[in-house]
Amino acid sequence: MQPSLPSHHPLLGPDTAILAAQQQSASASFFHNQRTNTAHQDANSNAVLAPASGAMPFTVAPPQAHAPFDAGALAFDAAITNAPPGAPNKHTTYPYVTGTSVLAIKYKDGIMMAADTLGAYGATKRYKSISRIVPAAPTTLVGAGGEISDFQYISKLLTELNDNDVIRDDGVVLKPREVFAYLQRVMYNRRNKFDPLWNSLVVGGVDQATGEAFLGTCSMIGVSYTDSHVATGFGNHLARPLFRNEQRDDMTEQEARALLEKALRVCYYRDKNSINKFVIGTVTKESGMKVSEPFSLSTEWGYDAFVHPTKHALGSW
Amino acid sequence: MSTWSPYDMNGGTCVAVAGADYCIVAADTRLSTGFSILTREHTKVVTLSDACVLASAGFEGDRKQLHKVLGMRQQVFAHNHGGKPMSCPAMAQMLSNTLYFKRFFPYYTFNLLGGLDKSGKGAVYTYDAIGSYERTGYACQGSGQALIMPVLDNQLKSASPLLYPPVSSATPLTEAQAVDLVKDCFATAGERDIYTGDAVEIVVINRNGVRRETMPLKLD
Repeated sequence: MQPSLPSHHPLLGPDTAILAAQQQSASASFFHNQRTNTAHQDANSNAVLAPASGAMPFTVAPPQAHAPFDAGALAFDAAITNAPPGAPNKHTTYPYVTGTSVLAIKYKDGIMMAADTLGAYGATKRYKSISRIVPAAPTTLVGAGGEISDFQYISKLLTELNDNDVIRDDGVVLKPREVFAYLQRVMYNRRNKFDPLWNSLVVGGVDQATGEAFLGTCSMIGVSYTDSHVATGFGNHLARPLFRNEQRDDMTEQEARALLEKALRVCYYRDKNSINKFVIGTVTKESGMKVSEPFSLSTEWGYDAFVHPTKHALGSW
Repeated sequence: MSTWSPYDMNGGTCVAVAGADYCIVAADTRLSTGFSILTREHTKVVTLSDACVLASAGFEGDRKQLHKVLGMRQQVFAHNHGGKPMSCPAMAQMLSNTLYFKRFFPYYTFNLLGGLDKSGKGAVYTYDAIGSYERTGYACQGSGQALIMPVLDNQLKSASPLLYPPVSSATPLTEAQAVDLVKDCFATAGERDIYTGDAVEIVVINRNGVRRETMPLKLD
């Protein structure tokens, strides 16, 4: 069934030949009918976003009889999703471009956070200058492993949150633990929708009022905790044993940096989805928040265990 | 190809013991996933009011949400009732309702609610993940349940809830004796259960209020 196209419809151009061809090749799915209806209402009511029902802009309006058929939208969607008409919404079922571990420790002046700058496409080192440590509030850094696009979306949420504080300009800004609480709820809520944000997040910062350092981490399903040292992904296996041995809350900046570099080096040696290009972010009460320029670490690949990886591993080949 | 589950099992053990005029709620502070320890200092126990303490093991994301929800409802109730907190039996029923409300996407948490009832007697409520609950004299939930429960049964065996006229299920132990027993239970479970360890947080509720103490456990 193809509804007739009113020639005066604002969404449809004069090129009826193309439209007719598209109509023949595509059947109107439930989903696309709905989308078309929303657009139709918008155009008729001159409302830019909200459907006439008064529902939220991103809800789909109920189907309407004799709705015009937006062939353009259908062709476009089919082209990018390759989904059959009427297919259900697809959620993220696996990540595409991913970042690996984020490491962070508390030290005397505040917190220090480190990560490499790789966005890997599977096993391909695809994007080599992606900053995975970003400022989230005046004294809060957020670092992320996992799906880069999801993290960029989270960064956008945090920017908006922070902009509101800037606009209000009353001196009230988000504390690290408030950013952490917010991100926990965001991650958990998306998990509840079975549409997770595919990230492990690290939140670190200093409470400006008390000078107290804060460090927390949250997984894609909302498992979260605070500690004196945290690490996501491989870092939880490779870096945290080092942290458990050597991290102290009263260590100096030099000691903290040396420890993080040691941990980064171990992660780089053993994690194939990492590169030798890192950033380190710090938050301190005195000098605020800094994210370093990218740097690399010296490496030594001549170790016997690297040259002969199976020499001491009996039963392996 | 990696896939995902909305649930994780983060381990943990909770024990609660009700006495004639006190209640003990305890939980270890280890947070684990698989064979990894995420952190060694993570509280699973929330003090909802002067009469009510909740401890939960299971999935940490759900645990946090559940504790937030109950804390919030408790606060709203107090605001609506001149600062008077919800009674422990009322909180017990509400926890059951809250769990059952998510019957088809459950909170993966194993809960113990402890406190004092209106007569000041210790009360322990034990739950499953979807809200079935029962008032008992003592209970154990979480990853160390199978290791601790028989010890509690042996040491505390309380009157059957089927008896008529009803007999108090509260343990005859003194508060100090019961705290010692709880400590022993956790030390024991920590020897065999990899998800129990690091420290045990013991919360004691009596007519003087709520007291929290911590005892270190083995870190292995």
